[in-house]
Amino acid sequence: MTAQSAASLKPKSDATLPTAKYLSWARYPKALHTHVYKPAWNDQVPAILKAASTGSLLPYGMGRSYGDSCLNRHRALVDCRRLNRILGFDESTGMLRCEGGVSFADVIDVFLSKGWFLPVTPGTRFVTVGGAIANDVHGKNHHCAGTFGAHVHQLGLHRSNDGLVVCSPRENARMFRATIGGLGLTGVIAWADIQLRRVAGPWMNSELIPFQSLSTFLDLSRESDGRFEYTVAWLDCFAGKNPRGIFFRGNHSAETARKFHPKRGPKLPFALPTWLLNRHSVKAFNSAYYKLHAAKQGTSLVGYDSFFYPLDSVRQWNFLYGKRGFLQYQCVIPETQVAAIEELLDRIARSGMGSFLGVLKQFGDAPAAGMMSFPRAGLTLALDFAMRGERTLQLMRSLDDVVQQSGGALYPAKDARMSPALFESSFPDWRSFASYVDPKMSSSFWRRVTETQ
Amino acid sequence: MTMTENSSTPRDTQLQKVVVLGATSGIALEVQRQLAKRGCELLLVARSPQRLAALQPDLLARGAKQVLIFPADLSSIQQHAGIIDYARRSFPGFDTVLLAYGSMHDQKDSEASVDILLDELNVNFVSACAILTLFAAELEHRRTGCIAAITSVAGDRGRRTNYIYGSAKGALSLFLQGLRSRLHPAGVKVLTIKPGPVQTPMTDHLPNANRFADPEVVAADIVQALERRAPDVLYTPKIWRYIMTAVEHIPETIFKRLSF
Repeated sequence: MTAQSAASLKPKSDATLPTAKYLSWARYPKALHTHVYKPAWNDQVPAILKAASTGSLLPYGMGRSYGDSCLNRHRALVDCRRLNRILGFDESTGMLRCEGGVSFADVIDVFLSKGWFLPVTPGTRFVTVGGAIANDVHGKNHHCAGTFGAHVHQLGLHRSNDGLVVCSPRENARMFRATIGGLGLTGVIAWADIQLRRVAGPWMNSELIPFQSLSTFLDLSRESDGRFEYTVAWLDCFAGKNPRGIFFRGNHSAETARKFHPKRGPKLPFALPTWLLNRHSVKAFNSAYYKLHAAKQGTSLVGYDSFFYPLDSVRQWNFLYGKRGFLQYQCVIPETQVAAIEELLDRIARSGMGSFLGVLKQFGDAPAAGMMSFPRAGLTLALDFAMRGERTLQLMRSLDDVVQQSGGALYPAKDARMSPALFESSFPDWRSFASYVDPKMSSSFWRRVTETQ
Repeated sequence: MTMTENSSTPRDTQLQKVVVLGATSGIALEVQRQLAKRGCELLLVARSPQRLAALQPDLLARGAKQVLIFPADLSSIQQHAGIIDYARRSFPGFDTVLLAYGSMHDQKDSEASVDILLDELNVNFVSACAILTLFAAELEHRRTGCIAAITSVAGDRGRRTNYIYGSAKGALSLFLQGLRSRLHPAGVKVLTIKPGPVQTPMTDHLPNANRFADPEVVAADIVQALERRAPDVLYTPKIWRYIMTAVEHIPETIFKRLSF
């Protein structure tokens, strides 16, 4: 019995369309696609690109971008997840060649036991290598390792006009820099060479330090940067200008003897009702989170999974925000403008729409790996807000004003609504990047921030 | 790459040296990964040399002890002798053969064109019987091993919308049933694998494709069935055993009126 039977037995709804499950992580905005291509082999990609009309395609990975940079409303997607093969690995140098759809989870699964780990990882391992390059993702080690793109040595890029183009800092260097952080717009990443980093095993030495003000955070961050490979802070954003929070710092541990059991947590089976998340429940959560972690103050040995990926243990945690989804706000503010961070936190606290996950991190000053890379020297703040319609958007516009005045920038991978003007001031070179965009590629995000200009 | 003995885990069958016929099919890709993770040795047969070449380093990185590739068109029976020769010579002592290739044309095309119809029957049934007969002789002679083939729940009953693919797969299931009985005295196991609809490139164009079974789940069932004595016939995901029992009990006089 195959599909036809099931189709005729059930009434057709939008949910049955094969394109319906292609959303972004924040589940806002919702976009329908006309078609989703699912190439299983790199040799199938050129024909897809060739047959497509201008501006009709966008590569899609695991849909972990939050807003609309991974969506292509009323146009088509190329789902790259079946391009997930390891093409080569040099055991002596740790150089990995893999297809663009290989996930970070898969890389860890295969290589951690051989003593290798990702050079840079975001807060989830459910991203593809291609997606990590296209968003030039950063992690808790930005201050010493830079972005993921800094560890990409070479990549193969399917272009609609030129076939497979090999790009590296030595060959097609401009295209290489455009593709890193290029939001998938320069073509489909066929494969990439990634320099993995040596580790002894799955264990991390982790330290938690509670803090009660932004200046304490800055002191902690400065003091830690030289000694800790990974630093990040969680913020209670209900506390206003002088936020309390927990500073996390850590290093890979030399521990090898201890037995490691990966954690597997629960799954949110469906979108929770929106009333569940309100000012009081979120405030209570933040308070409890602070107290719980403040009580755990000190050092401990933890698995890489709970150190890097605490949220991965709750599968589909994005369903927490209900059917309407949520918005994430991630900005970077120049270090000289600490007052701007205070102003942002103050505006959020006054709005009463604070979020679970305020994350604060000091970026290093390594030069950007890509033309459109988001990370730059300064402080980055990331927050989520349940989508509550106009008042949520209004709050975010008021945050935009602060970011723009301080000379900061917003992160496209997290964005669903920034104005073309803010995009322009965040990425002043976007027009030179635009000349590297493949004529067959476009995205909801790209049209939104560029077409009205 | 040398052959070393696998650490002995309690298993009914060996499952250490596996020949996969149709190694680039959606289900085979997942089965191979799970076999690689167990440290198996693999001989992969499929049409495209480039695709096979992409699989080799992947499966080695994931733990396969050895990965040999042999490009051949399995639907071309003339090429079968070369395949079995290569397997005997370069992959001696293989203990499991998994047939995983197939084709699913649009039923309407097969109704309209006898050429397409014959192609569908040849790929899914005739060529499958031909290649399995060669491997059966080899394993019968050695009095060991397992032959497994992926057929389909579509072969359990002829349906209006899918009876051509279904009849080829149903015929293959019958062939395997007879082969099982023939090879039983020689101690060779024959496993018939009947998946429900699975999310693979073969089924992407079908409606509701995003509700089909995950190939990882199906592959896990297959690997488990390969290494055990039972069952002879595997329905995967398991619910399809019950669905098909129900479907088989619908009287023909009603069934012929159903449009699915």
